[in-house]
Amino acid sequence: MNALKQLFGGSLRQFGMLFVLVALAVLFHGLTGGLVITPTNLMNLLNGNSYILVLAIGMVMVIIVGHIDLSVGSVAAFVGIVVAIAMRDWGIPWWMAFLLGLALGAVCGAWQGFWVAYMGIPGFIVTLAGYMFFRGANQWVGKSLTVPVPKAFQYLGAGYLPEWGPNTAMNNSTLLLGVLAVAVLVWMQVSQRRALAKIGAEVPPMSVMVTRLVLLTVVIGYLTWMFGTGRPGSSFPVPGLILVALVIVYSYLTSRTIFGRHIYAVGGNRLAAELSGVNTRRTYFLVMMNMAMLAAFAGMMFVGRSTASGPFDGVGWELDAIAAVFIGGAAVSGGVGTVVGSVIGGLVMAVLNNGLQLMSAGSDATQMIKGLVLLAAVALDVWQKSQNKPSITGLLFPPRAREIGETPPPITKAAA
Amino acid sequence: MRGRGGIDWLTARQRAKALMARVGLNDDPDSHIKSLGVGKQQLVEIAKAISKNVELLILDEPTAALNETDSSHLLDLIREFKSHGMTCIMISHKLNEIAAIADSITIIRDGHSVETINVPPGERVDEDRLIRGMVGRELTSRFPDHTSHPGEVLLEVKDWTIRHPEVTERLVCKGSTFQIRRGEIVGFAGLMGAGRTELARSLFGRSYGRYVKGTMLLHGREVAPKNVEQAIDLGLAYVTEDRKVLGLNLLDAIRTTVVSADLSRISPRGVVDRNAEHIAAEKYRRELRIKTPSINEGVVKLSGGNQQKVVVAKWLFTEPELLILDEPTRGIDVGAKYEMYGIMNALADAGKAIMMISSELPELLGTCDRIYTVSAGIITGCVDAKEATQEGLMRLMTLVPTNTTTAA
Repeated sequence: MNALKQLFGGSLRQFGMLFVLVALAVLFHGLTGGLVITPTNLMNLLNGNSYILVLAIGMVMVIIVGHIDLSVGSVAAFVGIVVAIAMRDWGIPWWMAFLLGLALGAVCGAWQGFWVAYMGIPGFIVTLAGYMFFRGANQWVGKSLTVPVPKAFQYLGAGYLPEWGPNTAMNNSTLLLGVLAVAVLVWMQVSQRRALAKIGAEVPPMSVMVTRLVLLTVVIGYLTWMFGTGRPGSSFPVPGLILVALVIVYSYLTSRTIFGRHIYAVGGNRLAAELSGVNTRRTYFLVMMNMAMLAAFAGMMFVGRSTASGPFDGVGWELDAIAAVFIGGAAVSGGVGTVVGSVIGGLVMAVLNNGLQLMSAGSDATQMIKGLVLLAAVALDVWQKSQNKPSITGLLFPPRAREIGETPPPITKAAA
Repeated sequence: MRGRGGIDWLTARQRAKALMARVGLNDDPDSHIKSLGVGKQQLVEIAKAISKNVELLILDEPTAALNETDSSHLLDLIREFKSHGMTCIMISHKLNEIAAIADSITIIRDGHSVETINVPPGERVDEDRLIRGMVGRELTSRFPDHTSHPGEVLLEVKDWTIRHPEVTERLVCKGSTFQIRRGEIVGFAGLMGAGRTELARSLFGRSYGRYVKGTMLLHGREVAPKNVEQAIDLGLAYVTEDRKVLGLNLLDAIRTTVVSADLSRISPRGVVDRNAEHIAAEKYRRELRIKTPSINEGVVKLSGGNQQKVVVAKWLFTEPELLILDEPTRGIDVGAKYEMYGIMNALADAGKAIMMISSELPELLGTCDRIYTVSAGIITGCVDAKEATQEGLMRLMTLVPTNTTTAA
């Protein structure tokens, strides 16, 4: 238990969820006779879910500050149709359309953020209104028709990286990414260790760091091999790459910057945050605006993948994103949650969907099972909190008796 | 009171009236709780408790929010319950009340029952005896010795007038004028609701009420912080009165809480330097002697006294010139209180100016250099702590000023 804790830097809950994710993948792999962990299926999984995961990144921030955003599916659809029409009728290049989409998302978000932050209307209500309004706007702008997008734009939602260089029996772009990832990890671990030693903080033993790096290298190596050896012309998919980039950027933003600290502060105790000099209104505003921009991004990725924008794009996305965030360990009352956890939560849902589909379970069974998994994940969290136990791993590796209490009982003092 | 699935409101009202009479309330049973004062609210709570045929009544800090008059009324009520054969357990930090009412006193320290003292009828237990049990050692004095050396005037407030945020015709501060010097601990005494917290918060970046008029001078220069951020930048700090509701994010760790009021100090280009954060948190843990296994521990796991130290550390991290402490020792044990007074003295010696709001008069008399009394939003007096008495302060605190020009 302690060794695990050291290995994963104390975030046992995320490790627990990761464990569930891997276990699910392996389970379905076995049940389907080897259909899940294949290059093609993993690529489909990423392509088919990355837009929900992008939403989950924004949604976890909204949920941490203590609101919720029900409008993301509608905003995504509205931005999708505007972008598709802009490219078809005005003939603007794909990148300009993409920037237009982000700007439009920012405007939608600023509208909702204004009501939440400066008028004090709960996010639930504002975005419920947005859910209806932007859905209608999508159908009004697109006249309820489907509008195709050009090939260049489809790269966003279903593209692959180029093939180049010597024959390594792998896609070289994917290989390069894998090598880069390992190099960055090693550099980060070493520099973090140096920094800890410099300020005289507790440094975990060298063996822990080496084990951690070896494990991570094996995992990244395996994934590189998986994604690099798919059918010719495929690689680690572009939506996956976008997702990874966004996860890195937003993890950093939420955990390391002043803005990120403010998000947690406002969600944890708004009054205390206000009296500590946090501009709570601005925080609400920016978080709502950011969510809508990510929704715009997700909408465009989806349009790219499905080669067209239609009137029913994005239906039900908000609920998938919210489910991902709560499976990923966020609290309904706000103040708790992480970007990485939410993405892992989303992946758990995605693997579940994918595995059940490959087992040819109907959508009836799939939905029932997904509902139960969401309930179970959150119930487990609540139960653990009441038991003051670490996490899912706590269940798998029950602590020995002496480890249960954090502090040893104080020596009984006799009366003075 | 239930008849055919519904509530019989007529009977309910009658019973409510009877119960209210038992606790000495004669308000309309239909009035809303929020329209009552805290004293009456507490009585309603007790009436609710005794509505069921009660044999044992447990009161957890029943007088914490009450003023002296309401407190003594409540103690009389408990005596009356006792005479009717009801057993009462009263949990309290206020030793004088415990001494006044208890027949048997159990002292709890660090989760253990340390000792039980049976008080013979008609006698009164020695308060120092209780303190000795609570602290586990002899406390020679409840307040550390301190000689202050006041310097030049740091904060000067003139004619400060603030409106209530919702009720526009009500003024919560009426022409308050006062000053605080460097190295000086200045107390603000007043009854609950006299407007002390409102005064402090309105000075602290106008975080309470609507500004009407008045000037605020720091180092003789006029300043007008319009939000908390500006107030912090000017060197103001405000330790809130209710640390769990206003002072702390209970989901947070100690290290992140300590730096949370002035993140820009350790965040070049908006990115928090976690090494600097670690160093700062460790520094204050050592200096304020915060009892915790690690600074990565959640603040929720700390005792009240240590939580309060974390809040103080959070404000010391902003390197303030003026520190406003609002009920800094409420709900913490005697030992932690003593430590808090020591911290205040050290800060005053370091040249900070300290504005201390407290409802405990002995505490104000024991720690402050000067004490302003506040009544109904008006500063009714300023006395030297050495010459002041509790009775004298109480007289000024309950003075009903006829017009604003009487403000000192």
